[in-house]
Amino acid sequence: MKGRLVTRDPTSGICVLARVEIATFFVLLSMPFLLWSRPELITLATNVLILSMLAISFDLCWGYSGVMSFGQALFFGAAGYLVAIVGRDLGFSSIWGSLPLAMLAGLCLSFLFAAILLFDRIKPTTIFVALGTLTGSYAAERLVSGWQYVGAGNGLSSIRLLRIGPIEMVEGIPFYCLALMLFSLCYFGCRVLVRSQFGLVLAAIRQNEEKLPFIGYCVQVYKAVAFLLAGVIAGVAGMLFAYHQGFVGPGNVGPSLSTAAVLYCLLGGPGTLIGPVLGTAVVEVASYFLADIDTIRQIWPLLLGLMLLIIVVFRPNGLLGFIVSDRERIGSYGRGGSKQVRTTT
Amino acid sequence: MNGATILDVRGVSKSFGALKALTGVDLLIQGAGLHGLIGPNGSGKSTLLKVIAGAHSVDSGSIAFKGRDITKATPYQRARAGISLKFQTPQVLPLLPVYDNILLAFQARERPWALMRSISRRTMHQDVMAALERFHLADRADRLAGELSHGEQQWLEIATALACKPRLLLLDEPTGGMSPAERRVTGRLLQAIKSDCALLIVEHDLDFVREICDLITVLNEGHVLGTGTVAEVQDLPNLKEVYTARV
Repeated sequence: MKGRLVTRDPTSGICVLARVEIATFFVLLSMPFLLWSRPELITLATNVLILSMLAISFDLCWGYSGVMSFGQALFFGAAGYLVAIVGRDLGFSSIWGSLPLAMLAGLCLSFLFAAILLFDRIKPTTIFVALGTLTGSYAAERLVSGWQYVGAGNGLSSIRLLRIGPIEMVEGIPFYCLALMLFSLCYFGCRVLVRSQFGLVLAAIRQNEEKLPFIGYCVQVYKAVAFLLAGVIAGVAGMLFAYHQGFVGPGNVGPSLSTAAVLYCLLGGPGTLIGPVLGTAVVEVASYFLADIDTIRQIWPLLLGLMLLIIVVFRPNGLLGFIVSDRERIGSYGRGGSKQVRTTT
Repeated sequence: MNGATILDVRGVSKSFGALKALTGVDLLIQGAGLHGLIGPNGSGKSTLLKVIAGAHSVDSGSIAFKGRDITKATPYQRARAGISLKFQTPQVLPLLPVYDNILLAFQARERPWALMRSISRRTMHQDVMAALERFHLADRADRLAGELSHGEQQWLEIATALACKPRLLLLDEPTGGMSPAERRVTGRLLQAIKSDCALLIVEHDLDFVREICDLITVLNEGHVLGTGTVAEVQDLPNLKEVYTARV
């Protein structure tokens, strides 16, 4: 047996996405140093991080496993409500209890939806899942809007500060650092997942879902696993949001925020993980600065809606689609990222 | 062919609206070997393969695989049981490398949790490369499957189906769109496979079928005209109306 080298396709260009990721994390890490004298911008950056986690959770559903979830805010808001209620009624706001609670809330709710929507006897269509999750999100918003125990339309305010041992996580750089840490954990966890052999199955589902059962895959199981993980990530984001804002309201579980997560992801580039982060940053930063201009503030939702429409029609790969090829976005799974591979002849 | 019964199709009927694609079809496959399924266009050959693989449900009749009734089983359950299907048109994953197309089939029996940890990626490398070499695709391992020629995609599709380690491999027109040279290579490849599993092949090229198949079943308008060796099939009285000059 003689060994020889086979070079990867030179057009494959493995590094653009990695470069974008490194640059993004460099910017995120430098935020506390760049913005230490601008607390309002640190607050904005923290919001971007938290909403990015929500967008990543949608990307895991739609961008990677083809589950069109219009209800990610349900898991997000439910976790927020849960930690707020536990803080109010039990006086408990430690991260060691709140974090597992939030994860559990996201997991249980997404499990419920997966059981109803993904494991029906008839194979669920994209529209069926989208409408099912959207209905769930809308129903949850209506429920909390009329339920006095959870503050009804006013939501729950004055949520206790999140604690790590004796330290209270106040808004500003400490909370940003915590959010960045949890965001990084979620991001790299997802990164490992989508580049694993499991990710290969997800990539195959996106390309030809019909084929997989004939080679032995129960597609719904893989979709459900991705959906559950997305629910957990949305739950963690919801917990951070509630503690950071000190408030959780009906809008945090409703279709409006769910649709925003869709916009973040589609704008940045679905199926890339880093794309939704960039999409969130673009929308939130633009919203923040344009909110001061009265005329634009009034038509901002309309502009966002138009932006979503234009992206869906003309640029389904989002902003990252301009610089990242399909091959790089989808990736290769068998032999890692080595440039050259040894085969035998 | 003698040996344990692999597949036992009894009285299977399938209609699409008013069109009766299959009517009371019986088919028995015993032991390893190549079993050809021939018939004119619209005779129900591809439908029968899809019914066996679970792509279509049956209206009546039963299908048993290795003695177990799989009539109600899903395609996923049938694949797990040991039935692999190569579709008529190549269904390769065009945006994934050739290597990954094969790896996907090899890892199909792993649990999701094991796949998350990528623990079998290294151990499967030799198997994947061996499969690629067997089908003359090793030097294209890193090319996207969509960039392969039609004939190479057919080979990749067969290699993928075979990587599932089936006991019964269903091949729907494995030489469709191939050059004569590619057909000869495919014939040799299939001859080599038949010691590993039973093959049921739908093919329009009757010379190809005559060369490589041990048994042939003839379908016409959803009915089985007869089953036997090439010589026996040639003597079928009804066959003369369908294939008089060709078999």
